[in-house]
Amino acid sequence: MLMQALRPSVPFIRSRSALLRLYHADKVATLGSQADVQSPVYQVGRDESGGERARALHTSRGKLLPRERIDRLLDPGSPFLELSQLAAYELYGSEEVPAGGIITGIGRVSGVECVIAANDATVKGGTYYPVTVKKHLRAQEIAQQNHLPCIYLVDSGGANLPRQAEVFPDRDHFGRIFFNQARLSSQGIAQIAVVMGSCTAGGAYVPSMADESIIVRKQGTIFLAGPPLVKAATGEEVSAEDLGGADLHCRHSGVTDHYALDDLHALHLARKAVRNLNYRKKLDVTVEPPEAPLFPADEIYGIVGDNLKRNFDVKEVIARIVDGSKFDEFKALYGDTLVTGFARIFGYPVGIIGNNGVLFSESAKKATHFIELCCSRNIPLIFLQNITGFMVGKEYEAGGIAKDGAKMVTAVACANVPKITVIIGGSYGAGNYGMCGRAYSPRFLYMWPNARISVMGGEQAANVLATITKDQKARQGKEFTAEEEAAMKDPIIRRFEEEGSPYFSSARLWDDGIIDPADTRLVLGLSLSATLNAPTQKTRFGVFRM
Amino acid sequence: TKGCVRHASLARIEKVLIANRGEIACRVMRTAKKMGVRSVAVYSDADRHSMHVAMADEAYHIGAAQSQQSYLCMEKVLEVAKKSSAQAVHPGYGFLSENTEFAELCKQEGIIFIGPPSSAIRDMGIKSTSKHIMSAAGVPIIEGYHGEDQSDKKLQAEAARIGYPVMIKAVRGGGGKGMRIAHSEAEFHEQLESARREARKSFNDDVMLVEKFVENPRHVEVQVFGDQHGNAVYLFERDCSVQRRHQKIIEEAPGPGISPEVRRKLGEAAVRAAKAVNYVGAGTVEFIMDSQHNFYFMEMNTRLQVEHPVSEMITGTDLVEWQLRVAAGEKIPLSQEDIVLRGHSFEARIYAEDPNNDFMPGAGHLQHLSNPQADEHTRIETGVRDGDEVSAHYDPMIAKLVVWGEDRPAALKKLRYCLRQYNIVGLNTNIDFLLNLSGHPEFEAGNVHTSFIPQHHDQLFPAAVPPTGEEACQAALGLLLRETKHTQDFVCQSEDLYSPFGTGNGSRINVLHCRNLTLQLGENKVAVAVTYNTDGTYSMEIGGQVFHVSGELQKEGGATYLRCWVNGVLSRPKLVIVDNTVHLFSMEGSAQVTVPLPKFLAGVGTTGAQGGAVAPMSGTIEKIFVKAGDTVQKGDPLVVMIAMKMEHTIRAPKAGVIKKVLFREGSQASRHAPLVEFEEVAEEAKSES
Repeated sequence: MLMQALRPSVPFIRSRSALLRLYHADKVATLGSQADVQSPVYQVGRDESGGERARALHTSRGKLLPRERIDRLLDPGSPFLELSQLAAYELYGSEEVPAGGIITGIGRVSGVECVIAANDATVKGGTYYPVTVKKHLRAQEIAQQNHLPCIYLVDSGGANLPRQAEVFPDRDHFGRIFFNQARLSSQGIAQIAVVMGSCTAGGAYVPSMADESIIVRKQGTIFLAGPPLVKAATGEEVSAEDLGGADLHCRHSGVTDHYALDDLHALHLARKAVRNLNYRKKLDVTVEPPEAPLFPADEIYGIVGDNLKRNFDVKEVIARIVDGSKFDEFKALYGDTLVTGFARIFGYPVGIIGNNGVLFSESAKKATHFIELCCSRNIPLIFLQNITGFMVGKEYEAGGIAKDGAKMVTAVACANVPKITVIIGGSYGAGNYGMCGRAYSPRFLYMWPNARISVMGGEQAANVLATITKDQKARQGKEFTAEEEAAMKDPIIRRFEEEGSPYFSSARLWDDGIIDPADTRLVLGLSLSATLNAPTQKTRFGVFRM
Repeated sequence: TKGCVRHASLARIEKVLIANRGEIACRVMRTAKKMGVRSVAVYSDADRHSMHVAMADEAYHIGAAQSQQSYLCMEKVLEVAKKSSAQAVHPGYGFLSENTEFAELCKQEGIIFIGPPSSAIRDMGIKSTSKHIMSAAGVPIIEGYHGEDQSDKKLQAEAARIGYPVMIKAVRGGGGKGMRIAHSEAEFHEQLESARREARKSFNDDVMLVEKFVENPRHVEVQVFGDQHGNAVYLFERDCSVQRRHQKIIEEAPGPGISPEVRRKLGEAAVRAAKAVNYVGAGTVEFIMDSQHNFYFMEMNTRLQVEHPVSEMITGTDLVEWQLRVAAGEKIPLSQEDIVLRGHSFEARIYAEDPNNDFMPGAGHLQHLSNPQADEHTRIETGVRDGDEVSAHYDPMIAKLVVWGEDRPAALKKLRYCLRQYNIVGLNTNIDFLLNLSGHPEFEAGNVHTSFIPQHHDQLFPAAVPPTGEEACQAALGLLLRETKHTQDFVCQSEDLYSPFGTGNGSRINVLHCRNLTLQLGENKVAVAVTYNTDGTYSMEIGGQVFHVSGELQKEGGATYLRCWVNGVLSRPKLVIVDNTVHLFSMEGSAQVTVPLPKFLAGVGTTGAQGGAVAPMSGTIEKIFVKAGDTVQKGDPLVVMIAMKMEHTIRAPKAGVIKKVLFREGSQASRHAPLVEFEEVAEEAKSES
């Protein structure tokens, strides 16, 4: 019961009398219906969604130390959009690497939204597992796409040596961190490092490559080779502090700029550093006073449930996410298996694309049109993915569904407005592409605990494989018994079930985190706020096949 | 006709100079305004921005902060009077109010001195003279025998004349030595011999004097008023028995437990006294009173006294108005029969002082001052405002709180109610002490006398109670809400008005935000684990106990109130946050909760020299005993300061080595200024979070 345990935190900012061009005709019909909380369907959905497993995992993730550092770094009491909390979950067999050994996220520091990456030294000494690298790089990618200053709270032993082959040589491996630091800095995205523990070998480059760096005395060390390696190489015996402590680096080497007495002091200095960035967030969109949705967010549990075979109306979800449950639907009567329309979330304008069934040619063309509108008007796009795929069959192939699907994929791929995707149900096949899956570089991609992601459904895959096998056997004149068929299908179904799980996905950083459905509005609001730090980019679409 | 005669003697007072400062200057100006008389203020360097300057129609600078160079400087005051063409000078109390020379100078310059003739001031200023005059006028005085005839017989006869009990005291005596009390004739001889023996042993001299002995006396005084036409009236008595440092602290009128008969006798004796010296204007005749309500003349104060408002409250008069009218030559507005006593009134004097440190006077910045709402029955007599300075150069009185009620219990209830609403942050005050005092059962019973405070010392100075868990929660909530307010203020300046990042609700993904605050509750540092619940409330855990807390800040009349629920109980204390200390004031009392500064800020904060040697108040450095490099032990004297006319020795708060002395002899140090710096000791290892 993940969702009950993790109650949503929706800040109810009541609408103020807005000084806007509000005419009578501007009044928007609100969306959504009161959920029948007594209905068995609602009850089942509510009770069985999520899982005990996730909650247990949350409480057993070990020390909170790096999060405390982040709490002290952030403006007191301000939200923190933590990303990929379940990174590395069941990824390294018996080795538990909670949150991938690094905490990343976005929060306000001295009023500026920043990307924060904090090594968790309580996890394998803060060493970089392959997924640690991936999470670090993803944080930098988010910083790059959204123009967010980066603050690295460094406390790491560097690359995880037993796994050096998966960490060191490739393009998106350890070295990419420093490549990114240089490139981000060149783009005017501030790089601030706070050395709160060791920065050994490659790790030494994090503070060294930073624009501004802070080090904690008697705690932080920076060196290319630690005392053991130095002794082995030259026979020189030297303490870690003398080799790369705060005094050395602040007084002699100049590798670090600020000398901190302790963690709190270091974080205080980091806050001051951000204050001195002389940064002001400029919005290229209109904002309006937000209104809470008319319906409680936790009703989503009952509406959606965890049985993907049960259809739900995406508009009921939208009603529980957008300001005042107000949704101006676009092309409501055309291609209605896809819902498009305009709304606001925390006052920010959004264009929402949500699935209400399989995609037809009309739905794909409608989506393409809508994406063009949003790009032309600089309105961020929200994709609510619950898609089994494009319609199949002779009639649809003949109708050019591949061509129309391609239009939608082209539009999604080329759209330069901020795109945020939430997988609220199934995410299968080309539907994943059209609805802005990970490969389409949405600024953020989140999953609900009930979501499933795979090239197709487990049963469909098993059936496809069983059919092929049966045909083969038939050609060979062999029999394919029901037992044989079940024996063949079961592991396939189980495997798809396992690999399609959001936990499997999130562990591998195929998304930016599993979120409580009731938190969706907040997470979208925070994400939108972050995306709007980047200046607007014009969109140029590719060739649409007509 | 009679009217013509009266008219002819009338002077015109259209402008009055107030040769004073603080609350009394403001008090006089209020009445002057009411009567259409323009007021002229004078001020010293220290008072340039004071309330009395702001209130006056005109104000003149008259010199340096020291009163000798300003408020006591007669020439300067008179010069301003002439320059501003004020017809009269009101001296207030203190300063020049009982200065014969000044009264005469005014007369010479043709300026009306609002007070008695100089002869009356002079006569009453000399103790022996005043006693003779009073005795002659039939006013009871403390009898005594100071004669040379030291025979047993003579002394006993004198004792009998004076009336028992008597005190037998060695003329050379002191410190209680050679002093005995004889309660009756029977024990006189024995006590006399005992006193003589002791005196011989101690001072080698056994000359004795005999005086009336009054045990635990009360201090009762009568407000009188005389005019230039030979009339004098009394406005009943005030009881000012409860004193500290021989200064009044709480006064009331009428005196509790005094019968109408005694009251009339007191009043008539006082009028006799006034008439004996041809008294004009407001005056006070002070008596001491024994437990049988016998009273004896002590002295006469020839000025308007600090505590005059309680007499005004029970008689419905404005004595400053009377002063101005009488000074102008009018008759006293009311005859004795028309002066009717109604109800009961209290005055509590709110001082900048530290009751827990022998009422050591203080001075400094009023970082927060809020007072009860004044109304018909509640008067706030003050000369300072929120943010003003209580100057070290003058009396540290902040205000007089005056209340009226139908009877004594009603007035006392009102007094305590209002004291709770008198909230001051920035310096020590006696408000809590006044609450303890006015709430003491013996005070409630009216059993007041001059030894009240020493007698009930233990109950009046209860041990400090550290804030409760509930109060800690309130303080924590206050801090969180202020943080949120700061965030909102920041957001309002930005373009991005509605970003959820700009809220202070501590949102976290999939977990609740939990935050550890450290609060200083009395002597103890206490950890408060604050969990931000999604509904905007907080769960606060203190020492294993969990409190459910929510609330909001409310602004009202310049003050901020914390409307808060702690475990379902709603309260609304006044909230003042200054620097890193949260002050909560409620009807149940006040609490202070401090947020210890992080170590890295401790060096620059206002409480920077915490644990170091700091100036207890603003003053002059008189002497320095140490220099850089000296090793001192805890308690060693470091510096002597002169402040509030008193010497204060500042001692080493800890053993250590002096790094630096931050002042030179003769320089001025302001309150809380670090005086010496200690070498940093190697205790950095024990870091704190």
